[in-house]
Amino acid sequence: MSQDVITSPTSHEAHDEHHGPSGLLKWLTTTDHKIIGLSYTITAVVMLIIGGALAELIRAQLATSNGHLVSFAQYNELFTMHGSIMIYLFVGPFAFGALANIIVPIQIGAPDMAFPRLNALSYWLYLSGSITMLLGFFTAGGAANFGWVGYAPLTSSLNAPGAGADLWIGGLLLTGFSAIFTGVNLIATIFYLRAPGMTMFRMPIFTWNLLVTAILILLAFPVLTAGLIMLYADRHFGTHVFSVAGGGVPVLWQHIFWFWGHPEVYILALPFFGMATEIIAVFSKKPVFGYKGMIFATITIAALSLGVWAHHMFTTGVVLLPFFSIMSLLIAVPTGIKIFNWIGTMWRGEVWFSTAMLMSIGFLITFLIGGLTGIYLASPPLDFFTHDTYFVVAHFHSVVMALVLAAMGGLYFWGPKITGFLLNERIGKAQFWLLFIGTQVFTFPQYILGLQGMPRRMAVYPLHHDWVNLNAISSVGAVLIGISTLLFALNIVVSWKKYPAGDNPWDAQTLEWFTTSPPPHHNFYRLPQIRSERPTWDHNHPEHKSVAHASREN
Amino acid sequence: MRIEAKLLLFLGLFFGVMCAVYWTWSLENAGGVMMFSGMLLCFLPGSYYFWWSRRIKVRPEDNPNATQESGAGFVGTFPGSSIFPFVLGMGAFFVVLALVFGIWLLVPGFALAIWALLGGTSEGRRGGNR
Repeated sequence: MSQDVITSPTSHEAHDEHHGPSGLLKWLTTTDHKIIGLSYTITAVVMLIIGGALAELIRAQLATSNGHLVSFAQYNELFTMHGSIMIYLFVGPFAFGALANIIVPIQIGAPDMAFPRLNALSYWLYLSGSITMLLGFFTAGGAANFGWVGYAPLTSSLNAPGAGADLWIGGLLLTGFSAIFTGVNLIATIFYLRAPGMTMFRMPIFTWNLLVTAILILLAFPVLTAGLIMLYADRHFGTHVFSVAGGGVPVLWQHIFWFWGHPEVYILALPFFGMATEIIAVFSKKPVFGYKGMIFATITIAALSLGVWAHHMFTTGVVLLPFFSIMSLLIAVPTGIKIFNWIGTMWRGEVWFSTAMLMSIGFLITFLIGGLTGIYLASPPLDFFTHDTYFVVAHFHSVVMALVLAAMGGLYFWGPKITGFLLNERIGKAQFWLLFIGTQVFTFPQYILGLQGMPRRMAVYPLHHDWVNLNAISSVGAVLIGISTLLFALNIVVSWKKYPAGDNPWDAQTLEWFTTSPPPHHNFYRLPQIRSERPTWDHNHPEHKSVAHASREN
Repeated sequence: MRIEAKLLLFLGLFFGVMCAVYWTWSLENAGGVMMFSGMLLCFLPGSYYFWWSRRIKVRPEDNPNATQESGAGFVGTFPGSSIFPFVLGMGAFFVVLALVFGIWLLVPGFALAIWALLGGTSEGRRGGNR
């Protein structure tokens, strides 16, 4: 049922419960951002489980030097699809499709996303893109097998003749359009549907980060989409954009891919930075330290991220090393500001080590490791030494596992708002320690392996004493991570509808905690006056009101 | 509205400067064109917002002292439910599968897409699915 939304702080008529379809039809036809966000969450977690299962197979293969669990061809499919599923189908959609969809409108006092039907279309494109990519496993030639970055000429019709490669391209096209539509929707929602008094510099950091993420999506994703269309044309229409034979330039694919790919790193990371910021502030019982500094750091990261793509291409010999090295090193500055501010937020706070807080601290430590090793890789001499070794694999797994820790923190933090029920803290803490320790056990041996020269993407390796032991340890880490995921599933089963959350179980600060858990259709029965970036805190603690920001902005 | 405009204009300006430095230093065209396009993509909406921000009254969401009463009134029409996003999504799914498994899949793909476009448009004109 279509509803004209009329805001009135004294009446509830405009927010009567929605009486639309029920059952399966409700999920197929919904345009409610919360249900769409929940659909995204479920799909993304399924993708995490599938991608995680492929990772366990990879680590099982590498647990011994001459593993026979899978063939070389199957191994190529495994690492390609593991990377593709995790990057394209889990981390990004979970951040800007799932949690952003549910939380951003509520954080700014909006009744829904600006374009609800476009929002629903985004989800269906994401789901169909995910299915398209996974269909590759059921084709005669198997799934795509050229690595998640799809470098030319490995993707040519000669080198990758099967349907799996085309399904990979098609899946990426669909999920790419889904991301672009979500980006448009997020920007329009944040620019036009904020509640009165919710000025730009009163928006929660999570919403700010999603705004910047959405801008990056619109800058980066169309480039990838264009590249994929050119790649498909090369494979089927006889063009030679990326093949030397017809006068094309294979390295052009790398330019196009990484012009999307490095901003994509921040498209993935910024939402999780936002989650950690919210969680750390709430569980330290303090406002965010350096609120505006955090925002400017986010904008600076986004600005710089468009000028660093070719640090992935140092060894091609055709890129301007000093430019990309300087730009990449510069990104460490705003990122350092963020880490400083997270610590500053905790400093002298009443820190409550809940599962969500532990996950965020785990994120901070693991991201610091991934970030510092990223600084090494921004230096061309060090990059030449470690390029395409396990050092790079360890670096980006530190980063991505940090994001997984933050994602879990986000689920423990906002899950009660979405479902109305708390998760069991004891199981949550056990999950955290397994996930955190497992991550370090998984990545640290890989750093050493990389420095010793072990190349990535190898199904077997020489029977070198150190390499066997280090790989075995890394595989144990992967098993620990797998068990932690099972604990999360167990927690959902054990806790389901057992511990009612109430509206604000964490005594949190931002607007989503002002409404009911779960929120009603169109989100709010009433809104408080908004005079700072912590309206719920101001309402609940009038004796400790925040100092208002942005008294001069308009 | 001014903060939104300034954000986009700042990003566009930054990309412009970065593009000028990169292109003149590297003489590499692909990256230069992509950065230049990024600059335009920020300037286009940024200048639009800036133009509007000087011509409209301060909106309640931009007013730090706004009360909730100041935002009372019509916000917009939000469709409660619609089958057409799903139908259009499935149409796109079949069109992509046609690129892989055979051109015949374009038939259900385009049929679903056209149904969704017509149905969605008429649904929008009626004010949504009731």
